[in-house]
Amino acid sequence: MTRLRALIAALAISVALILQVSLFPHFAWHGIVPNLCLLVVVGAALTINAPSAMVLGFVAGVALDLVPPADHVAGRWALALTVVAFLAARVRQDVKPTAGAVVGTVAAASFVGTSIFALTGLLLGESGAVPDLLQVIAVAVLWDVLLTPLVLPPLMRLFGRLDPHLVTA
Amino acid sequence: MGALGGNGATGGRERRWRGISRLDARNRPPRSLLVALLLASVTLITLDFHGGTDSPVEPARRVIGEAFGPVESATAAVIRPFTAVPSWLRTQGSLNDEIRDLEAENSELHSLVATAGYDRNRLEEYDGLTQSAENLGQALVPARVVAYGSSQSFSNTVTIDAGSQAGIGADMTVINNDGLVGRVLRVTRTTATVLLIIDEESIVGGRVGSSLEIGFVHGKGSLADDELDLRLVDDAVIPAEHDTVVTWGSSEGPYQQGVPVGRVTDVYSSLIESSQRAVLQPFVNFSALDVVGVMVPTGTTSDRAVIEADGAMR
Repeated sequence: MTRLRALIAALAISVALILQVSLFPHFAWHGIVPNLCLLVVVGAALTINAPSAMVLGFVAGVALDLVPPADHVAGRWALALTVVAFLAARVRQDVKPTAGAVVGTVAAASFVGTSIFALTGLLLGESGAVPDLLQVIAVAVLWDVLLTPLVLPPLMRLFGRLDPHLVTA
Repeated sequence: MGALGGNGATGGRERRWRGISRLDARNRPPRSLLVALLLASVTLITLDFHGGTDSPVEPARRVIGEAFGPVESATAAVIRPFTAVPSWLRTQGSLNDEIRDLEAENSELHSLVATAGYDRNRLEEYDGLTQSAENLGQALVPARVVAYGSSQSFSNTVTIDAGSQAGIGADMTVINNDGLVGRVLRVTRTTATVLLIIDEESIVGGRVGSSLEIGFVHGKGSLADDELDLRLVDDAVIPAEHDTVVTWGSSEGPYQQGVPVGRVTDVYSSLIESSQRAVLQPFVNFSALDVVGVMVPTGTTSDRAVIEADGAMR
């Protein structure tokens, strides 16, 4: 069960990643695409247990850092998505999150994730000017929130079905 | 209500209750794991940042590239017919306009070519004198862009669907039919990662067409519009607007010489740096990259057709 869960989670990340680099650039605004990997991580953090979600966040981040065209210093997205998973897992209350709560979590997660990535870039001297950073962060949050109603419900259903704590059988 | 604290062995509803009451306990993400994962990330950053081009992360990049490259190529091939749909939906009028414009441009170019023969012959003689024979011919390996780096990552890179099997190696020049696109950063067997010249970290040696003055073309990495900075070495020279800048090219540098880069649109003189700064409009439209060519030494063996320097396919 655990192995199957890990496999399906890895598959979800791969699909999100491929769509993010190959499909969505065709609809991008100034090259800013929806961060599907971040959505997968948030969906997992809202559904499965926190430690697994954090490991998933780390793995998704490493994948974002290494899959080609990526050329930034590896580990920056890993750092950002680990924090995102941690925060999203904390935000969740012990009831099923409402639609509003999910959208709010995604917006906050997207803001925090993209900001951490941008800040590490500033520290390492890799990111551009600050006005550009703010613009990118704003549009990225908008994109992620726009895609939330389409992506998060099936993802959370998928992860919910896979979580042995919720499905005792 | 016994189900709340009981075993929950009857009916799905009770089990749910029990599961949710347990949620509270597992709701607190463990800080130890957070610290461990954050340290792992920081370690990764440190390794890659200080390693530079031979960092220990490069092999991992390559392995993941080998795995994901073919998937990216396949996905791009599936998506391509759909992204082409908007170009079918065009009115007769706009097509007629385009034909008229192209015919006008064509005839203009024809007249240019007719007068350029003499100049070109003379130029070829000079080139033949100054260049060694093996350096003259450059073949082109055609490739398509299959994946784009997002702006959230603040770097302008793309993946192309040709790699070391096609005869491509690091530091080769990538062009399309408009001009210079970038250079190859790293290759896997089936894909290569290309650094676009608009990236902040890209520096290209450039030469102003009219005066032959040399300078450096810096990418700006800016979002809104593709612009490049040209800084001339000799600060007494002021590049004229509409001047064309081509690559300067060195024997071991990554960029081949004579590839058109862009056109000067604005010139500023900076008092602090006491040099001239010009803004270039690149010839290549970086938001619509598709077919590109990688310049390889002539005679390279490749898994696909290679366009030789004289235009022949091989």
